[in-house]
Amino acid sequence: MAPSARTLFAHPLAALLLLLTPATQAAEVLVAVAANFTDATRALATAFEQQSGHRVRASFASTGTLYAQIAHGAPYEVFLAADQRRPQLAEQQGWTVGGSRFTYARGKLVLWSAEPGRADRGERYLATLTDGHLAIANPLTAPYGLAAQQALTRLQLWSALQERLVRGDSIAQTFQFVATGNAEAGLVAQSQVQNWSGPSGSLWPIPTELYQPIVQQAVLLRRGQDNPAARAWLAFLRSEPARAIIRRHGYDAEPEPEPEPEPEPEHGWRP
Amino acid sequence: MTAEWQAVWLTLKLATTTTVVLLVLATPLAWWLARSRHWLRQPISAIVAMPLVLPPTVLGFYLLILMGPSGPVGQFTQSLGLGTLPFTFEGLVVASVIYSLPFTVQPLQNAFAGIGERMLEVAGTLGASPWDRFFTVAIPLARPGFLTATVLTFAHTIGEFGVVLMIGGNIPGETKVLSVAIYDHVETLQYAQAHWLAGGMIAFAFLVLLCLYLINGRLGGGEWRP
Repeated sequence: MAPSARTLFAHPLAALLLLLTPATQAAEVLVAVAANFTDATRALATAFEQQSGHRVRASFASTGTLYAQIAHGAPYEVFLAADQRRPQLAEQQGWTVGGSRFTYARGKLVLWSAEPGRADRGERYLATLTDGHLAIANPLTAPYGLAAQQALTRLQLWSALQERLVRGDSIAQTFQFVATGNAEAGLVAQSQVQNWSGPSGSLWPIPTELYQPIVQQAVLLRRGQDNPAARAWLAFLRSEPARAIIRRHGYDAEPEPEPEPEPEPEHGWRP
Repeated sequence: MTAEWQAVWLTLKLATTTTVVLLVLATPLAWWLARSRHWLRQPISAIVAMPLVLPPTVLGFYLLILMGPSGPVGQFTQSLGLGTLPFTFEGLVVASVIYSLPFTVQPLQNAFAGIGERMLEVAGTLGASPWDRFFTVAIPLARPGFLTATVLTFAHTIGEFGVVLMIGGNIPGETKVLSVAIYDHVETLQYAQAHWLAGGMIAFAFLVLLCLYLINGRLGGGEWRP
């Protein structure tokens, strides 16, 4: 609950802080970001900070991990998940600001190997994999891991590959397993491959009919409801310049389908 | 509950293997550290103690690089036809041996140092060879040290988490040990299962340490007193 001005000013230090930080300018927003969106977030934050003067602090982990942290009162103000399930759940739990949930990106799953020529003919590669390790993210906590499980199940390889699977704690660790060559190949986010500065290796885009769409949703958390930087950050994510950055990082980012007018910063958050 | 028992069993297997390997490796090392006057004694003592100070992530990071397909250890194991060690039980044993090394060496070293020169000299004048002296005099006298080393190594390996998370790959039955299973349950908000495992660990830790104190108290020579 927001403390009243009286209780705030009752504390001399709080009063001093309020004087020192004008609420309308240069605020800071603490964002919980799904690991796959790490590179995009860094680029977006730079653009946002230049444009608005606000600052972004981001924590990266798997969507499930972040959800559990939010459940335990983590001080995040905005949640950028890699699915729609966790933001929806958070909404049902009453941890979010009503009407603030929207899709900021749609992710794609790829089979990737640091070794050239290995993953190009992905379906055959997966079907004949008898040696080495195939990395996926933990399906329980990471949406990209869940998508990997769905794809391998649809290919009827899930049980056959059990012996070969290693599970990364997040899609970031999964990518690291593959990039270091410790796993021969892995099912990772296309954005990670696209932003990887090392050798390009080999890649097979997983056909999208093999897994449920990875609809990545953002939501404003209750802790951020009075923070102008949090609302500005979310408004920025919906803007065309931001969408261009998101697309450049290997995601789909079409404007939201609902025919609502472009939300204005002050009144755009209708419930 | 079967997945939980699998994690418990795997953890016990890892701790037992690590303890056996470490007792074999650490006994001569501790003996040498306790008795040698060589200038390398202090540097090696420092190296042995390093896992106490380093974050597990440092260990995990370098193990991942060294044991990976392009690291020297990885190339060696591959040339032997063993493949690479990350994501395997054997890899966890290697990591645990390094991670728990000081917990074996230091109690043994203290125990050996406490025996004193005279006892061994007497055995020598009675005609015991150096090997005889070591096995029939030093080791029995160092028994409390061995007990402490065994229990601490075993218990410390069971408590390992960070390194396993980095090089284990969370494979059920292969690298998904208790601490990782608990972490998974907590991350997915499955508190019932988390309570079973975590509560069990608390009971286990208490019982192990209680036994250690009781037995060492009776043996009269507990040299490890935290």
